[in-house]
Amino acid sequence: MNKRYILSLIAVVVLFLIAYLGVEAVPASKWLFGILIPYVALIVFVAGFIRRLLSWSRSAVPFAIPTTGGQQKSLKWIKPSTIDSPSSKSAVFIRMLLEIVTFRSLFRNTRMKLKEGRVTYQLEIFLWVGALAFHYAFFTVLFRHLRFFTHPTPLPVQLVENLDSFFRMEIMQDFIQIGVPGVYLSGLVLLAAVTYLFLRRIFIGNVKYISLASDYFPLFLIFGIAFTGIMMRYVLKTDVAAAKELTMGLVTFRWSIPGNVSSIFFVHLFFVSVLLAYFPFSKLMHLGGIFFSPTRNMRTDTRAVRHVNPWNYPVNVHTYEEYEDDFRDKMIEAGLPVDKMPEPQEASAEDEEPAAKPEEPEAGAADAATAPEEKE
Amino acid sequence: MSDLPTAEEMLGNVKHRPPSTDWMDVPAEIRRGIACYAGNPKSLELLGHPNPRTWSCFDDDWQLPENWQQIIHEGFKERLEKFRSFKVFMDICVRCGACADKCHYFIGTGDPKNMPVLRAELLRSVYRNDFTRVGKLLGKINGARPMNYEVLKEWWSYLFQCSECRRCSLFCPYGIDTAEITIMGRELLNLLGLNIDWIVTPVANCYRTGNHLGIQPHAFKDMLDFFSDDLEEITGIRPEPQFNKKGADILFVTPSGDVFADPGTYTAMGYMMLFHFLQEKYGLDVTWSTYASEGGNFGFFTSHETMKRLNAKMYAEARRLGVKWILGGECGHMWRVIHQYMDTMNGPADFLEMPVNPITGTAFTNAASTKMVHIAEFTADLIKHGKLDLDPSRNDHLKVTFHDSCNPARGMGLFDEPRYVINKTCKHFYDMPENSIREQTFCCGSGSGLNAGEDMELRMAGGLPRASAVKTVRDRHGVNMMACVCAIDRAVLPDLMSYWVPEVDVTGVHELVGNALNLAGQHERTMNLRSEELAELQGTAEDTEGQTDE
Ligand code: HEM
Ligand code: SF4
Ligand code: SF4
Repeated sequence: MNKRYILSLIAVVVLFLIAYLGVEAVPASKWLFGILIPYVALIVFVAGFIRRLLSWSRSAVPFAIPTTGGQQKSLKWIKPSTIDSPSSKSAVFIRMLLEIVTFRSLFRNTRMKLKEGRVTYQLEIFLWVGALAFHYAFFTVLFRHLRFFTHPTPLPVQLVENLDSFFRMEIMQDFIQIGVPGVYLSGLVLLAAVTYLFLRRIFIGNVKYISLASDYFPLFLIFGIAFTGIMMRYVLKTDVAAAKELTMGLVTFRWSIPGNVSSIFFVHLFFVSVLLAYFPFSKLMHLGGIFFSPTRNMRTDTRAVRHVNPWNYPVNVHTYEEYEDDFRDKMIEAGLPVDKMPEPQEASAEDEEPAAKPEEPEAGAADAATAPEEKE
Repeated sequence: MSDLPTAEEMLGNVKHRPPSTDWMDVPAEIRRGIACYAGNPKSLELLGHPNPRTWSCFDDDWQLPENWQQIIHEGFKERLEKFRSFKVFMDICVRCGACADKCHYFIGTGDPKNMPVLRAELLRSVYRNDFTRVGKLLGKINGARPMNYEVLKEWWSYLFQCSECRRCSLFCPYGIDTAEITIMGRELLNLLGLNIDWIVTPVANCYRTGNHLGIQPHAFKDMLDFFSDDLEEITGIRPEPQFNKKGADILFVTPSGDVFADPGTYTAMGYMMLFHFLQEKYGLDVTWSTYASEGGNFGFFTSHETMKRLNAKMYAEARRLGVKWILGGECGHMWRVIHQYMDTMNGPADFLEMPVNPITGTAFTNAASTKMVHIAEFTADLIKHGKLDLDPSRNDHLKVTFHDSCNPARGMGLFDEPRYVINKTCKHFYDMPENSIREQTFCCGSGSGLNAGEDMELRMAGGLPRASAVKTVRDRHGVNMMACVCAIDRAVLPDLMSYWVPEVDVTGVHELVGNALNLAGQHERTMNLRSEELAELQGTAEDTEGQTDE
């Protein structure tokens, strides 16, 4: 079992060494790690992402199969559950929005325990909290990084930066004096959340059992990204201006590798590149996939509006005429109406054939009919 | 069934701690008590399904076609293109484990492969190997593995330990529906002629005779005649159900299980009383059909195509008889098929009219296209408008709870209609705890064709969470009757109750309606539909009265 996360860990360490030793040993490789690889990674990301979305959208949606999470809209005097059983487009939009910004389904989570022969449930909110913290921190960090790719830094980015660093400063100043203008909350939350998500994977038995290398790898990688980022900012004090010169060069296609960018920066950038390139081929595509999930993004008015299956094809059915042919005599005898009254002469000849067929299934029929009694 | 463990033994054996061995290295054990018997070749032949032969899942050799791996691979590929659900669900699971302890089979058996996520991984592992480059490259360490006999047997084992209840999909942050994956997996198995007899033989019966039990038209009529006899004795009034009547207002379709076995038969009697009442008082003309004499659809548990083949009869019969619209009885999976599949597969039903209840004037706009109304919606509407003459006191001895069946719950959203009907026909109603009702409801443990006799251990284990919730309301409120709107429930819950919570019995909602409903000209009603003396029942109920009542 452990092999799975050890191997992922090793993979990330190896990635670290490749970048770090590469840059230290061969200064020219800075062009590789600083310029070429990020471009390739970005291209792979964009192309891979689009390809995956296209491949999903090429698959048909033959049936409307929303999971109804609440009362349907039926009789006027029964209150429907608009969001969990959305019957209109706008309601579906709200359902999706809440899934995406609040992880609504995950919020339902409970933990089951068998206690004195009863199945009981406890509130299990940690996964939801951890996942929300992780994603919002990740998003905030990502957003803040726009300052490295824009000049001048747009106002919203500055605003988020200020918000992000504001609280932490107030709290921490008394304890630790860190010589930078404010500690970003998001980075630390990200690190903490990733750690939590990792720990639950190794300490919760069921989750450990289902975890694959590809579940650990992104966690280690993101941990690596956050960790190198934090190191640069608070410990190694990388020259931010120089770093920005490099990143702006990427955006403006006026490439340069300033001399005073530290090796750890190249590691950071390399990790991000790997994450980008890895993204479209991994479970991280849940970012796109959730929008395509038919159990969530479809309306529940399936009896009111017909959904069309693009590949609907005709099938063999046992028609009423065939059925009546099989059973006509018995039906007449029992006083059941029939469509075709047998004409005395032909009927016997006509009945010959179907009468032969029914023999076998009748045996099957008898089986099924008696079986429920057997089980008692 | 002698080796069915006792309830105590079963509880003692459940552990939710997975083994230390990697799940891919734990071979599936196909075991008596859990597995269902293989499909009868005659049934496969009748349906034209591939590879009919006599075989057993306990054999080593399953007599597969030479190129079975190729068949699976190509079938898999085809379904990835035909079903976006399948493709997306193969790709995006993050293995967060939120679904893990939501499955009643996992809760009841403790078998880690009954965690929905792992059940899905059984297919996903093959998907990664066959259809993704990264997966193939990293192999086992990343959960990819080629299809082989062992894997196939594992599929068989665990795809027939999933009742397609969708509870997992409710909790998944992306709505990944393991039921959908099971449906695909079973379709693939069927390409090799791998089905269980409890599914494929009812399907064959239904195809030919119109219903799962293989009841032929004259016998179907006989059975309803028996019910008329009983009702005449109980009420003094003899309902005369109509069959295959052209030009009736409404075609009524219900699962044949209710015509066949207790306690479903009492629900069928409830329907008959209701229709009789409506005909006498309001002239409503309802017909039964012997051709479309099955509401249920075990084809749904076989393949989309088989589902369509069986379902086609409803519209075909409605068209032939020239009715205005269709009314559907109490059934679980039947209603998932009607609500989410029927119109798409066999519609448009433009030869029918927008369903309007002629008695109340209510237009069932929610069924505007499908033109099929659930009887709980229908009856709730009648009661709301005061159109039924009800005397709920005949149900006073009952302390009722309601089991939301999975399909009407998570595939339809039918919650308040049956509760309204129960509340209007019974004095004492108590819902089970929140985590076990409505959209979070637990399966009876025997859904999706797993209600055979040979897998009783699985059924009892899977029903544990449901039984546990019943136990809670029994102890708290003295509940002695569980109502439901599903024929499979009525067939299987009595077994489940006698195993885990012996004092609780099972009823259909329309049995409660039948008991409460007064028929014009009836004699004094001293018996309920089960021909039990009400005076006696009420006597025993009073003995246990006390702590109850809100
Ligand atoms: C629409 C956007 C997104 C939504 C709604 C979403 C939602 C979720 C949810 C609900 C989980 C499960 C909880 C958990 O296991 O922690 C999860 C897990 C995860 N997400 Fe996202 N996510 C989104 C975008 C992203 C992005 C952009 C990334 C980029 C790195 C990402 C990375 C991850 C990772 C690594 C996990 C697994 C955590 C673990 O191992 O437990 N997600 N996501
Ligand atoms: S809840 Fe959804 S994403 Fe999480 S493990 Fe289950 S199927 Fe996968
Ligand atoms: S659909 Fe129901 S039975 Fe199947 S895996 Fe999900 S919770 Fe379990």
